[in-house]
Amino acid sequence: MTAVMDNTAPTSAEIPAPDGSVTVTVKILRFNPEVDSEPHWESYDVPALPTDRVLNLLINIKGYVDGTLSFRRSCAHGICGSDAMQINGINRLACKVLVKDLLAKKGKPTTISVAPIKGLPVMKDLYVDMEPFFEAFRAVKPFLITYGNEPTNERIQSPADRERFDDTTKCILCACCTTSCPVFWSDGSYFGPAAIVNAHRFIFDSRDEGAEERLDILNDAEGVWRCRTTFNCTDACPRGIQVTKAIQEVKRALLFKRV
Amino acid sequence: MTASHSETLTLDKPRSPRRPAARRSNFELYSWLFMRLSGLALVVLVLGHLFIMTILDDGVQRINFAFVAGRWASPFWQFWDLSMLWLAQLHGGNGLRTIIDDYARKDTTRFWLKILLYVSMAIILVLGTMVIFTFDPNIPVT
Repeated sequence: MTAVMDNTAPTSAEIPAPDGSVTVTVKILRFNPEVDSEPHWESYDVPALPTDRVLNLLINIKGYVDGTLSFRRSCAHGICGSDAMQINGINRLACKVLVKDLLAKKGKPTTISVAPIKGLPVMKDLYVDMEPFFEAFRAVKPFLITYGNEPTNERIQSPADRERFDDTTKCILCACCTTSCPVFWSDGSYFGPAAIVNAHRFIFDSRDEGAEERLDILNDAEGVWRCRTTFNCTDACPRGIQVTKAIQEVKRALLFKRV
Repeated sequence: MTASHSETLTLDKPRSPRRPAARRSNFELYSWLFMRLSGLALVVLVLGHLFIMTILDDGVQRINFAFVAGRWASPFWQFWDLSMLWLAQLHGGNGLRTIIDDYARKDTTRFWLKILLYVSMAIILVLGTMVIFTFDPNIPVT
């Protein structure tokens, strides 16, 4: 598209500004491991419609201003959980936050700050290494465990039994909750809310028989007892999962030895 | 390059640190439960203590050796003060232990901070318990 290289750096003036758009300042915590020793803030004045999502602004900056801006996004519709980032200090999916909800009061300039989610190693700009997060997820055995003979037909479950763990089936593993948890920030070996939510999903599933081994794992020093019930995870969850409640239910199951 | 790339793809969990197997210990469960129960008990014990010592009658003005000796003549107040001492010490100590676990970055720092914590807890517990049980209201004449 733009093979011509000249000395003038591309500016946000190249971003098409549709009718009704306002200029907002997007402040991004940039980090290029090949050049920088520390992350630093960079600001971009970009046109934005109130109905735009923060993800649109990032895509515009990447497409028109600075192609080196790195971030994850896949479906861009709040389902895949790829674009979790800290927007104005709160963990959100960039594809679910509308600009109109971030606009400053009338007449005042709007600044939207975007930083990578905290507690995971930053690889570049807004893109973090998710491996420690997925390691904790795998450690709680997030799959159906059964013993004995397989049933000849499907595993039947009543609507009431399904309802028991319905909330925790909504998790999309975006890491918003785990990277908003102050315990996880200071101790990365804590399983974190997301892993506990996914353990909860199977512990309270009437078809599953692995509750005891999962509860044993979460009873350990890095398990549910490290939770300080700060509710950051519940506030951060883009799917509206009652994360802290799920953690408390696992604690209760351990306390009373009853699922 | 291609060979090493395909090798890494065959790994089950690339770069994943090994998590030690669960220790099957209920210690964290019981310490969590203890914090709740001792916290409830301490609300009564400490607020009651503060009320008696600073508000009731003349408050702090009437406290002297005789006042303490009179209180500790009764097993009830001995038990009150003893349980307050032990619960507060273990409650606070356990709280500090979790804070050290949360915030100490290095294993050696964590180890020495915990040693310091446990030693100071032991000294205060032993000293306090000794005073409550061996308190002698008679001042020896010298």
